[in-house]
Amino acid sequence: MQDTQDTKVELIAHLLRRAGFGASRAELAAATARGYEATVEELLNPQEEQRLSDYLVRRFHPELSGMMGPQAPGENWLYRMATTTAPLPEKMTLFWHGIFATGYNKVIHGKALSDQTRMFRRYALGSFRTLLLELSKDPAMIIWLDNQDNHKGAINENFGRELLELFSMGVGNYTETDIKECARAFTGWSIANRQYMELRSQRDSDWPYGRISWHFEFHPEDHDDGEKVFLGERGNFNGDDIVEIICKQPATARFIARHLYSFFVADEPPVPEWPYTPPADPQAIATLVQAYFDHDYSIGAMLRTLFNADFFKSPAARYTKVKSPVELVAGVLRLTGEFDRPRYEILERHSQASYMGQILNNPPSVEGWHQGTDWLDSGTLVERINFASQQIGDTDKPGIRAMLDRIGAELGAAKATSPERLVDACLEEVGALSVEEDTRRVLVNFSAGGQVEKGAAAARQHIADLLRMVAATQEFQRA
Amino acid sequence: MVSTNKERSLVVIELNGGNDALNTLVPFNNGLYYDNRPGIGISPEEVLPLDGEYGFNPNMAAVKGLWDRGELAVIHGIGYPQPNRSHFRSRDIWYTAEPESIGTQGWLGAAIRDLDGRGENVLTGVNFGRGLPRALVCKGVPVASVGNLETYGLLPDIADENVRLQALDALGRMYGPAGGRDIVAQALSENGSQALLGADILRTAPERYESSIEYADTPIARSLKSAAQVMSAGLGTRILYAQHGSFDTHSNELQSHAKLWQDVSAAIGDFTADLKEQQLWQDTLVLVWSEFGRRVHDNGTGCDHGSGGVALVLGGAVQGGQFGQYPSLREADLSEGDLAYTTDFRSTYATILDRWLGLDPDPIVHGQFEQFDFIGR
Repeated sequence: MQDTQDTKVELIAHLLRRAGFGASRAELAAATARGYEATVEELLNPQEEQRLSDYLVRRFHPELSGMMGPQAPGENWLYRMATTTAPLPEKMTLFWHGIFATGYNKVIHGKALSDQTRMFRRYALGSFRTLLLELSKDPAMIIWLDNQDNHKGAINENFGRELLELFSMGVGNYTETDIKECARAFTGWSIANRQYMELRSQRDSDWPYGRISWHFEFHPEDHDDGEKVFLGERGNFNGDDIVEIICKQPATARFIARHLYSFFVADEPPVPEWPYTPPADPQAIATLVQAYFDHDYSIGAMLRTLFNADFFKSPAARYTKVKSPVELVAGVLRLTGEFDRPRYEILERHSQASYMGQILNNPPSVEGWHQGTDWLDSGTLVERINFASQQIGDTDKPGIRAMLDRIGAELGAAKATSPERLVDACLEEVGALSVEEDTRRVLVNFSAGGQVEKGAAAARQHIADLLRMVAATQEFQRA
Repeated sequence: MVSTNKERSLVVIELNGGNDALNTLVPFNNGLYYDNRPGIGISPEEVLPLDGEYGFNPNMAAVKGLWDRGELAVIHGIGYPQPNRSHFRSRDIWYTAEPESIGTQGWLGAAIRDLDGRGENVLTGVNFGRGLPRALVCKGVPVASVGNLETYGLLPDIADENVRLQALDALGRMYGPAGGRDIVAQALSENGSQALLGADILRTAPERYESSIEYADTPIARSLKSAAQVMSAGLGTRILYAQHGSFDTHSNELQSHAKLWQDVSAAIGDFTADLKEQQLWQDTLVLVWSEFGRRVHDNGTGCDHGSGGVALVLGGAVQGGQFGQYPSLREADLSEGDLAYTTDFRSTYATILDRWLGLDPDPIVHGQFEQFDFIGR
């Protein structure tokens, strides 16, 4: 493919769809001027965000406070996705939530889940070692996988098992003994004030006020300090040592690499099938594994390698993924520009993602969500198409008004407007969307068939109708 | 009993928020009830008695009518071991029939899969409301979620009818039979055309429907009217789902609980009358459930989350009566201040799956549970 201006825009649009939640025309123009590699660096090292502090959000929009009920942490998070100037850490937070999937239905504490999201955001691109350690101390995770019930002399394996099976190495790379030894090393890793918190949790309704934040607490008297043999190493291991040993395993590097590939490049089968199905692109996985070991387990370094690799940049990699509901909703909200500040309406937009089958902080199981075509059934697809098309066709939204103004001005200046040019202008406005030839033909037909009435208002409405049809295409559902 | 050749359907009504069992079916002869309910007790004169011991909430006239006709089964003390007092967890347990682990498959989703093994009818299950409750979730099983039957379908917000027709035509082309570009295109096209087809079929339901029944103007009555319309259109729909709430009566219970049951009971009354007129009553079973009952001792004007609850099963073929044991109110018998459950909810599920829908209940409810005789063998 030639490196013309057009393909460059398409490549950067691909990058911003995957590394973020899509881009507006203005964002794309700025990124294209900067160049591809510089844009990757900007994504990996974003400037500090200009945004309302959490304190002010909580004060003036208590509905978005993590202390509120089950939905608020997700609503707050969706607001961040829809407005952030640092999309990659936000996207990676979503990535880690999908792997370290923790749910309200067991934790029953919005603040603890909010705190977990904040922890992911902070460590999302750093060393995997730091992230695993923070995860092991995360109060929501401790409750989610019962580590508060993991005692010296009476282990509860739940966290130890999932740490190896779902969070780092994958089935087939350790023994049942390793799981028990791992659990022993994490005895005493609990939360402060445990009995009181548990009691509140069980007896309380969902009404959150009066709850206290959960905090990690190490109980030395409940920690099994004896000798352990873990993955072939022998010592009086504590949890920190276990994390260190896990991180240096090639299986861990491969596991994380495959997850990154599946999330950013092309869908891999669900995790339980990994021991039996080799990766689609073993060479790509090997490249990412190398980056992991060359850069002290740095996730950011793996991503730099990934985004600059041909397997990611190739035209064949584009539009191969199905947007998850949250990605779809956040992407639409970035285009409509509705949330220049926190607004109550984010609650409804967040519900939309739930109609499409994804509720943040409420994954179907500890395995997280299955990706790809598993998002699609006839019920969820109706919601996805209706939401995208209704929002993008809504002329009251500031972002859409600006699109109509630009298209009107440009085509007006050009004097002659053909249905083809109108379609191309609309495709460009929603983030340089590339569509298949037959989709484009349907859009051109729709464009040619409409607008019987004369006048500026009818012309504007016609463009809005066309924009909504662009948002209703198959291509818009993909990333 | 009249037997018909029509296919049987199951209508599930979820009372979300935790319906107060004690004030639904009042033990009006029990001093302990009045001792525990100084703020929100319902007096013996007000209740609608089933017998000398128990009486319905005074706002459940239509439900009482079903009882009198022998078409209502009351399931006492329904719950599960180690009660969870979180709405979310408890609802999940009821949805998936898995109290011990985090389940992923809804019991009704599994039933739909088993009823329509080859996935031939996209309308075997229909949910009235937005978003699918986990009860209806099962991998590979399409379920239509209908907010409003009159406007259900794709692009309902386009006001201009001409533009909408053109838009739907364009959509039909864009999501038409796939050229098989890739697996995503196939999934989008297949589900897109199924959705368009389902919408086309469902839209005909209100047109084909005729009834002399005027439903009340409440959300639950609207949902049940839509259910009756879908059922009478003969689209092969077997499982229908609706919700009403919130029954989370922490305060002001006497007023709010009264209104909730007025609405639900009246809607059930309208629905029942309508189904009789449509000659579907003999082939319909309705299950009414809630995620838990509420605390025995009131908190002044309401009561907090509890455990053991009450469920209702009604229909033309139901053998009415009381099933299970009404939980004891004696202090020593309570479970942390709540009614101890006496019957596992999976017994009720198993009875319905086996005796009403003719399915093998064991894999769906994850075990074998004693069945009730509210449906004959």
